[in-house]
Amino acid sequence: MTKKSSAPNRGFISFIKDIIAWNLSGGIAYQLFLCILLVLMMFGVYAYLIQFKVGLSATNMSDIVSWGLYISNFTFFVGVAAAAVMLILPAYIFKDKDLHKVVIIGEVVAVGALIMCLLFIIADLGGPLNAWHLIPGIGILNFPSSLLAWDIIVINGYLALNLLVPFYIVYSHYNNREPDEKKYRPFIFLSIFWAFGIHLVTAFLYEGLPARPFWNNPLMGPRFLASAFAAGPALISVVLIIIHTATTFKIDKQVFNKLRLIIVVSAIINLIMLFSEVFKEFYFTTHHSLAAVYLYFGLDGHNALVPWIWTAITMNVFGTIILAFNPGRKNPVFLLPACILLFLGIWIEKGIGLIIPGLVPSPLGEIVDYAPSWVEISITLGILAFGIFVVTLLIKPAIIIEQRFEKV
Amino acid sequence: MKQPKNNDCQNQKENKPGRTKKCGRRDFLKGAAKVAAMGSFAMVSGCGSELLASGEKRKLQWEEFFKTNYRIMTQQEKDATIARLERLAKIKKDVNIQMSSKAPIPGVLYGYAFNVTRCEGFMECVSACVKENNLDRKSKTQYIRIFEMEPGKMAPESGNGKYFHEVPVKDHFYMGVQCYHCDNPPCVKACPTQATWKEPDGIVVVDYNWCIGCRYCMAACPYYGRRFNWHDPVVPVKEMTKKQHYLGNRMRARGQMEKCTFCVQRTREGRLPACVEACPTGSRVFGNLLDPKSEIRFVLKNKKVFRLKEELATDPKFWYFID
Repeated sequence: MTKKSSAPNRGFISFIKDIIAWNLSGGIAYQLFLCILLVLMMFGVYAYLIQFKVGLSATNMSDIVSWGLYISNFTFFVGVAAAAVMLILPAYIFKDKDLHKVVIIGEVVAVGALIMCLLFIIADLGGPLNAWHLIPGIGILNFPSSLLAWDIIVINGYLALNLLVPFYIVYSHYNNREPDEKKYRPFIFLSIFWAFGIHLVTAFLYEGLPARPFWNNPLMGPRFLASAFAAGPALISVVLIIIHTATTFKIDKQVFNKLRLIIVVSAIINLIMLFSEVFKEFYFTTHHSLAAVYLYFGLDGHNALVPWIWTAITMNVFGTIILAFNPGRKNPVFLLPACILLFLGIWIEKGIGLIIPGLVPSPLGEIVDYAPSWVEISITLGILAFGIFVVTLLIKPAIIIEQRFEKV
Repeated sequence: MKQPKNNDCQNQKENKPGRTKKCGRRDFLKGAAKVAAMGSFAMVSGCGSELLASGEKRKLQWEEFFKTNYRIMTQQEKDATIARLERLAKIKKDVNIQMSSKAPIPGVLYGYAFNVTRCEGFMECVSACVKENNLDRKSKTQYIRIFEMEPGKMAPESGNGKYFHEVPVKDHFYMGVQCYHCDNPPCVKACPTQATWKEPDGIVVVDYNWCIGCRYCMAACPYYGRRFNWHDPVVPVKEMTKKQHYLGNRMRARGQMEKCTFCVQRTREGRLPACVEACPTGSRVFGNLLDPKSEIRFVLKNKKVFRLKEELATDPKFWYFID
């Protein structure tokens, strides 16, 4: 046993073998957790088969609310993926030792989020089998005219970057080598610019539509970034707390404190921008503000989104206040609920709170309330479960390898 | 254990009586295969071409799946896909359709004008459009919407798009909306696969088969000009318009975007769109904007015209006018 830990196996094949072995091992609670995820995924697949068979009429979307739960979640999780940069930037560029230790977890969360984004897009397509029409060469990618074409490029590119760099570092550590910084540093720089890119491009997807006054707003891009840099690190904090309590991989208090600062600054900027938007819509309400009226107060008796948005704003404000004043400085008992509060608040606000009002009222002034069907909810849960599954299966071997490397 | 090479059942039975069961199954399968082969032969040669057709259908569908965007097809490829689609319609629904790939007529740019004073909201245009363009009867898809408007307002947003009563109502006027075939179409710019584009005669069309169903064009349209097939559209064969165009009224499938095409299957043959022909009040004017003697040019020159949402610079080729 001692022999094994001092001179572990090397090479790619044993790397793969070890990863599989490590992932299959684990306590009852861990196995149960994976089983629950698997059940949710299976149910999602079942719901998708129904949607595939009958078409998107299995959802509650319509010609008026033509994007729903899938695109809402897609938009939000692009932000979560982009937020990894908030760890990458200090860890690699400013050489922050505390954050360097957990940067890999940030990158893995980004990978999980990106995979979810791609799956949400696939789930939303009317003709998923025609997706090959997007591949240049055999299909036509309408680049640079279509912002959706840009989005496809940046999301896949960011996924590749976030797989490549951590893989190289972890694989080097597995083989007990110090990774060569010269080799991966250019990719780190690229991924920093790319992270801002994915979120700005996703914002431009909406911002670039004059047909939709609620989206056609120059604050959209910056606000996407601010809310992402609050929600992403909040999720990473939650993941770190789980790892800290469930594994032997202990995370320094300094890490949580630095993440908290990042979240607070971003969340405050986000709230200022939200206030600015609300002011613009309601100080002098025009016809272009009808979507905002529908969102915040309801219109003509339709008020499906009103409870959601006020819940979201309350969560946002409370989460930000708790994190800013940080009660129980030495005791992080408030950190977890505050992060969850902020994360959920931004999820609602930047998910359905952003997508649905862009489409309602319709360009002809018609108002339709939207609530997702059970098929949409099941597929969404399945995709979320798959994302968590991927993150789990990637983090587990990563922290084992990192811990082993540290000891040597 | 040696397996006899000769699979003859009789032989095996004699040698190893304990194996009769297995032999029996094998024999049964062999027999079944024979029967199936004979049966299929009988069906092909006799009562129906069901089996042969399903093989052909599979082949045609396979070829259809891998075809390219209509815009970059050669005429040969266009002819081939049209032949396949006609054949598939015959196999699937036993309906004889004639599909065209007629190209735009040089020197033609289509434009449309709508007389707000004359329209009385009978919606004859809507039903003619539904019939002509094979629109889904299940979800009651309409390319044209008529809004009942109160005096003093000019934007359809303030009107009633769902009236079910006798028309015309006193002190009300009527406004039809549909795809305006913008000269600067935001939908075309949005499409990630170039499945929708503006033809040289100004018609904004969709290659239904190339569409991936992302609905970004729908979000980009400021006029609610596009319709999506949330399920497979239902059109009774008896009511189907058989004269079709690849870019026009041919049958769509679930997951595809569609829209008004100024009845490309009619207008490129020199006929009027179905809505113009059906209008009992003569509120609808259609013609060639490049022809100085056309009726549409007369309207643009002599009437006071306006377009919706001019500030968006989409430049619709659809004008409203008041007598």
